[in-house]
Amino acid sequence: MTTTPRAPRTQDPRRTPRRSVVGLAATVSAAGLLLSACSTGADAAGTGADASGEPVAGGDLTFAITVDSHCVDPQQVGNNDAIAAARQTVASLTAQDPESGEILPWLAESWEVNDDASSYTFHLRDDATFADGTPIDAAAVKTNFDAIVDLGAVASLGSQYLVGYAGTTVVDEHTVTVDFDEPSAQFLQATSTFSLGLLSPDSATLSTEDRCAGKYVGSGPFAVKSYTPDQEIVLEKVAGYDWGSEASSHTGEAYLDTVTLKVIPEAGVRSGSLQSGQIDATAALNAVDLPQFDGNGFWLSYRANPGVVFNLFPNESSPLAADEAVRTALVKGIDRQQIVDTVLTPQDQPATGVLSRSTPLFEGADDLLAYDPEGATKVLDDAGWVVGADGIREKDGRRLSTTVTFWQEPGALELVQQQLRQIGVDLQLKHVTVAEKEAATAAGDFDFDYYNLTRSDADVLRTIFSANARNVNQRDPEEVDELLDDSAAATDPEERRTLVSEASRLLLERGHAIPVYELSTTIAAADRVQGLTFEASSRLDFYDAWVTDGAGE
Amino acid sequence: MTRYVLRRAGQGVFVLWAAFTVAFFVLYLLPSDPAALVASGGGEVSQVDPTQLAALRAEHGLDRPILVQYGDALLGALAGDFGASYVSGASATALVAQALPETLRLTGAALLVAVLGGTAVAVASVLPRARFLRQALSALPPLGVALPTFFVGLVLLQWFSFRLPVFPAIGNEGAVSLVLPTITLAVPAGAQLAQILSRSLRGTLGEPYVETAWAKGASRARVHLAHALRNAAIPAFTVLGVMVGGLLGGAVVTETVFSRQGLGRLTVQSVNQQDVPVVLAIVVFSALVFVVVTLVVDLVYPVLDPRIQLRTPRAASRRAASRRATAVTA
Repeated sequence: MTTTPRAPRTQDPRRTPRRSVVGLAATVSAAGLLLSACSTGADAAGTGADASGEPVAGGDLTFAITVDSHCVDPQQVGNNDAIAAARQTVASLTAQDPESGEILPWLAESWEVNDDASSYTFHLRDDATFADGTPIDAAAVKTNFDAIVDLGAVASLGSQYLVGYAGTTVVDEHTVTVDFDEPSAQFLQATSTFSLGLLSPDSATLSTEDRCAGKYVGSGPFAVKSYTPDQEIVLEKVAGYDWGSEASSHTGEAYLDTVTLKVIPEAGVRSGSLQSGQIDATAALNAVDLPQFDGNGFWLSYRANPGVVFNLFPNESSPLAADEAVRTALVKGIDRQQIVDTVLTPQDQPATGVLSRSTPLFEGADDLLAYDPEGATKVLDDAGWVVGADGIREKDGRRLSTTVTFWQEPGALELVQQQLRQIGVDLQLKHVTVAEKEAATAAGDFDFDYYNLTRSDADVLRTIFSANARNVNQRDPEEVDELLDDSAAATDPEERRTLVSEASRLLLERGHAIPVYELSTTIAAADRVQGLTFEASSRLDFYDAWVTDGAGE
Repeated sequence: MTRYVLRRAGQGVFVLWAAFTVAFFVLYLLPSDPAALVASGGGEVSQVDPTQLAALRAEHGLDRPILVQYGDALLGALAGDFGASYVSGASATALVAQALPETLRLTGAALLVAVLGGTAVAVASVLPRARFLRQALSALPPLGVALPTFFVGLVLLQWFSFRLPVFPAIGNEGAVSLVLPTITLAVPAGAQLAQILSRSLRGTLGEPYVETAWAKGASRARVHLAHALRNAAIPAFTVLGVMVGGLLGGAVVTETVFSRQGLGRLTVQSVNQQDVPVVLAIVVFSALVFVVVTLVVDLVYPVLDPRIQLRTPRAASRRAASRRATAVTA
């Protein structure tokens, strides 16, 4: 077994700089291990423990998750907790750099994309195997992608990444071509996700039940050792794994022997368990509990989730949201900084665009999202919305009042409600369960929808907003759709950036999107845990994680 | 006796059918679409293609007319097959069977603690000569009934797991992990039992036969424990039957607070995900427990009190009505 830390990478605030060492880095220099765990709030990208010392192999880590989705199959799950386990068990064709968003080699050493982004050819490395030793070859890639398309709606994320899938061709043992009926520029980033991670060809044909129960053979640095529903998922290191991606800090096997993901539904219990050492880390603490883990033998690390930030999405088939004056007034009438300062954690950020700042190709549009109550008032006045007796505006006998149905944390929206009241808009909140929310959405009887969407590729903007895709606004095609649809076929990153940035500005100017705040994920961990980081999609990556007392027992 | 049991068993089957039917239609009437919930993968908004969603609906037979779905589900349930979970594809019966042992362990332990503790508190609240002591002990049961399970659990965790690391806060491993959840679950049940038993004890102590016992020179302990307690136990025993169902319900909160695997957690998760086959399996199982426990309670009455006879339900209830705190219905 060899574990070789990579040379330190620059511009990486969260990772510990590591000297490259030869052979087994298993000695713990006692003096050097006085951990100074402090976090620096100034760093917007995230803070972490300033660990000293080289990573050591060995040891176990216990991590708390909030809910068991009754499935651990990477190709089926969509819940962040399930993903925390599933991500570790599969390797993907590519990896994504968390800072730059750049797509890096993983199982594929190189790739070519045709001009309109409808055909991708991957050249696989020839030494990688699944956890059972079966080689990862072109045929295995084809079996996996075909199987995901067959899974259909059950493969909730993967099937969306493969929309327009025409088929996969095995060119030779290590070369594979994936074709689409239409341009699909998002596919390259999609190959870096766990949803398109590779299972052994035998596993890809198992029943969904067996796959959910973790009885699959994966390709990642960890494998499912045991899975007890509602209790825990135990992952163990895969011996001989030697194809870590360049997005990781080391190569070779994972440092940890096992990772145990304990299901702890109660936030207070997660916090107490971390404090009393019954778990080592978690990414799901209540905002009020976070400060006590900033120092005092613990560290915090956070990252904004890439993708579409929490937005109010106008349903423009309803008369109220069809009024552009109302939509643009809402964009101006929300004081985003106040929301972050009062009801959210220091780790959350006000929205500076439709997309979050950790999304590749992101360009902020702060100027369009400045708090401007006077501007909002003027827009509404000009459009004929007159303030009524109770302070709520009216026009043609209709009150400017609407209801938002949502299941997420209500804090931010409660403040939005107060802020909008200042400009004469009455926003009623209806906090429901996920199931009820799904039903309300299906009924289509609402003016504004509210959610966020995590995806580390700017294409998420097109899939949501384009009148030719999901069309969240339920509106007729217009100028912005051309930009969005063109971005799906743009292979040049700069061209894509221009298209995406122009499109997001247009969406804000026309009030098709009303951003509120950026969701972030915060890891809280004991000082014995080091190197636990986020991958590009703000999902947890245990591959580089190690524990200070891992060796020497 | 045999006729009585057969008759009660027949009524029990009706109860199971009714529970199944009501649960089925209530779940069907819920506005959300189970297929859309599955397709969201338990995560963010589902963005799945409508045709794929329709395929998923067809796969689970959700596109058939409601009565066809009902008939199919009922036939399956009769054979003990509630179908496969929409979420994981595992058999619903297997999921319940998997979760059951942990819940049985927890509720069994809690029942034992509740009965022993409840009886002890009830007896202690009438036995001492000192009036203030009796009054202080009588105040305990109402307090126990009033404390929310959730609160008791978190306080116990705070003191005996987080501050003093005596017991683990999470998990099902070993008997040690059972201590705090058992106490949490037993507090309201035991308090309820103590409340009824101590009131009934006080009533019984005023009966003429107790006077006789005193007159014959029986000791204080003998009058209370040997003479009064046995008769006073009958209303408490009736409550015990209902309490078993209450404990199963209480397991939902207790298992969540203590992060334990079990039927309660499975219930919460399945209801949230609208995993209809699993919810139906749980409902029918819980109804079965109720039916069996109430039957057992009724069969044990004659053992406790020879004056109670099991005949046809109407006659039996007429005779027993005066002695029972709660009417036991089939």
